[in-house]
Amino acid sequence: MADTHAETVLFVRDTMLPQKEPPLSTVGPLGWARGNLFSGWLNSIITIVAFLFVVNLIAHLLPWFISGTWNANSLTDCRDMMAAAGREQGGACWGVIRERWPQLMFGFYPSELYWRPVLVLVLLFVALAPILFADRTPTKMLGFTMLFPFIGAWLLWGGTIWNPITALLGFVIGYFVFTFLSRVVNAGISLFLAAIAAFVWWSVLSGYVVSGLSAIAPLAIHSVQSREFGGFLLSITIGVTAIMFSLPIGILLALGRRSDLPLVKALCVGFIEFIRGVPLITLLFVASTLLNIFLPPGTNFDIILRVMIMTTLFASAYMAEVVRGGLAALGKGQYEGADSLGLDYWQAQRLIVMPQALKISIPGIVSTFIGVFKDTTLVSIISMFDPLGLANAIRADANWNGIYWELFIFIGAVFFIFCFSMSRYSMYLERKLQTGHR
Amino acid sequence: MNKTVFLGALTVAGLAAGIAGAATLDDVKARGKLNCGVTTGLVGFAAPDANGEWTGFDVGICRAVAAAVLGDPKAVEFVPTTGKTRFTALASGEVDLLARNTTWTFSRDVDLKFTFIGINYYDGQGFMVPKALGVSSAKELDGATVCIQTGTTTELNLADYFRKNNMNYEPVPIETNAEAQQQFLAGACDVYTTDASGLAATRATFENPADYVLLPEIISKEPLGPLVRHGDDEWADINMWTLNALISAEELGVTSANAADMAAAPGNNPEINRLLGTEGSLGAMFGLSDDWAKNAILAGGNYGELFEKNIGENTPIGLARGLNAQWTEGGLIYSPPFR
Repeated sequence: MADTHAETVLFVRDTMLPQKEPPLSTVGPLGWARGNLFSGWLNSIITIVAFLFVVNLIAHLLPWFISGTWNANSLTDCRDMMAAAGREQGGACWGVIRERWPQLMFGFYPSELYWRPVLVLVLLFVALAPILFADRTPTKMLGFTMLFPFIGAWLLWGGTIWNPITALLGFVIGYFVFTFLSRVVNAGISLFLAAIAAFVWWSVLSGYVVSGLSAIAPLAIHSVQSREFGGFLLSITIGVTAIMFSLPIGILLALGRRSDLPLVKALCVGFIEFIRGVPLITLLFVASTLLNIFLPPGTNFDIILRVMIMTTLFASAYMAEVVRGGLAALGKGQYEGADSLGLDYWQAQRLIVMPQALKISIPGIVSTFIGVFKDTTLVSIISMFDPLGLANAIRADANWNGIYWELFIFIGAVFFIFCFSMSRYSMYLERKLQTGHR
Repeated sequence: MNKTVFLGALTVAGLAAGIAGAATLDDVKARGKLNCGVTTGLVGFAAPDANGEWTGFDVGICRAVAAAVLGDPKAVEFVPTTGKTRFTALASGEVDLLARNTTWTFSRDVDLKFTFIGINYYDGQGFMVPKALGVSSAKELDGATVCIQTGTTTELNLADYFRKNNMNYEPVPIETNAEAQQQFLAGACDVYTTDASGLAATRATFENPADYVLLPEIISKEPLGPLVRHGDDEWADINMWTLNALISAEELGVTSANAADMAAAPGNNPEINRLLGTEGSLGAMFGLSDDWAKNAILAGGNYGELFEKNIGENTPIGLARGLNAQWTEGGLIYSPPFR
């Protein structure tokens, strides 16, 4: 064959050609643009129109954003500055953010105590680390996470150190009552009795203990009224609390809703459907005004605490449904497998059902978190100074009356940072927990 | 069973409210602070500054009462309230005094069971139009689009006024004053209507205030005043006479600058002397010290000073005294005598 071939053609290549680089028009940025932006005449037109639109938008917005009014002390000041700079179009007046920056962050929190909320925020991340990055942090840190709500509350509100300690003692007492009783009677009854014991401690005994202990050892830091909370400090405090407590409560509600015990099931269904059937704003009104009328005057039931409870309940109901979705998606075989291994109910939930159900529910859980965090802005309706409420109050200052976009853009940007980070974290978690089969 | 609990709670709350309501003065003295309800922010009337200090015309009333009762104008806990929470806050005892540009109406006084302690600002609903529209009277507004806040008395007043004058209008419903400003500037409506003080404050924030005019017609009565709960007449008296003291002080020429001197060296005007407590003992009659009125005046000045400092013609809001001038100068501000 080779011989005949050699006679019929003039040239036969006997070595392989070296591989060439792919043509420039198919790789690199150019290739990407060709493949994605200009793959046909219709796409090319759309690309060019969109590009012109974006350029146009930026050309109009950028001068507004870069207005050099950072040092202005009032809206009139801003306008003078821009007139002096020869700008006819007008621009943003960023002086308001500079002047009211601490207020937007901390509300009316005493300025010499700003270190406390900042420290709490740092500790929050420390406390979250063992939950968010379980594989990279020592398990012992979970202990700190458990203590964080008490430390955080004490640092934020101040007052005597015995308050958080006695509050914590309530849980310890409940735990001991439970472990002691569970040897004698069944788990349900002992849990119930433990809850009662803890409740009695909190509502009746702890008050005396706190006043007694403070008399002996007055360890206290300057206490801050709830009314002085505001801005993002308020949003984050309410949001983080609701997020922290809504997941466990939501899981319990979801399990309760699938329970075989009619009473438990009815209670959970009733709670979930009631809360989901009522707008959050209604619950907030109940917390702020209705309770005021029913509680005897002089009872100091902290307004932030009331709002936190309402937001947490609201978030829990939604969380319960999200988790129930995850539970329902789990194959029946998983439950039966757990049973066949001889695991009891809680063991099966902890070791087999929940890890899978929660993994499935991650996107739903995180979007509930994000929703709750954004819903905290509703508290401005009940006259609490969240960032949006503060924006209104700042506009009521004669210096800044007439400022809208700057404040809203700033607040929106901060909210975006928080919500976007949560969303990215959930994507990271989904990738990490991806096991390849669904 | 739920009903029983509900009723029980109601009864307890009612009883407790009755007991607590009986002696607001003692409560305030025991607490050492006056809980004063203000708006969450209204230009000139109440707003927190960059340091969180509240200032404004309504805030001035709170400080005067605190100074009269406790001797310290700073002894006030400001409770911001919205239009929706203000009456509950007062009724439930969360605040002792509500100084929140609230219009005195029959139903609020009688049905909601509050006592208005006087009027500190006579307002009324007005119209603002762009100068370019070429309108000089509200009677020429037939067929105009009007930006109007929904769910307020201004909406009803507007409907009444246009019907009375046989005119048509197209409402552009808006939710807040902030939204209204934007809509009006963007040309979504020809006319913006709300309280005249609000219009003036809004116009002051525009880039070119001179391009807009306020029409001369005022179509409603909006007497704004501080209020307290029904049932504690002594407390209502204290608040009413503190406001009257500020008004009388202006009439008699007592200011924050000269009140201390006048009290130290009593002149021969007996009414000033009675007001400042150097003659007779008016304060003791309702359980305060004799220099209560002097303290109230020193807190932020007399009525005229408060007006000038917060909403007067030298402020960005630039309101003329108008109806709010002393009766001696053609206004409606009038205090009964201190005798």
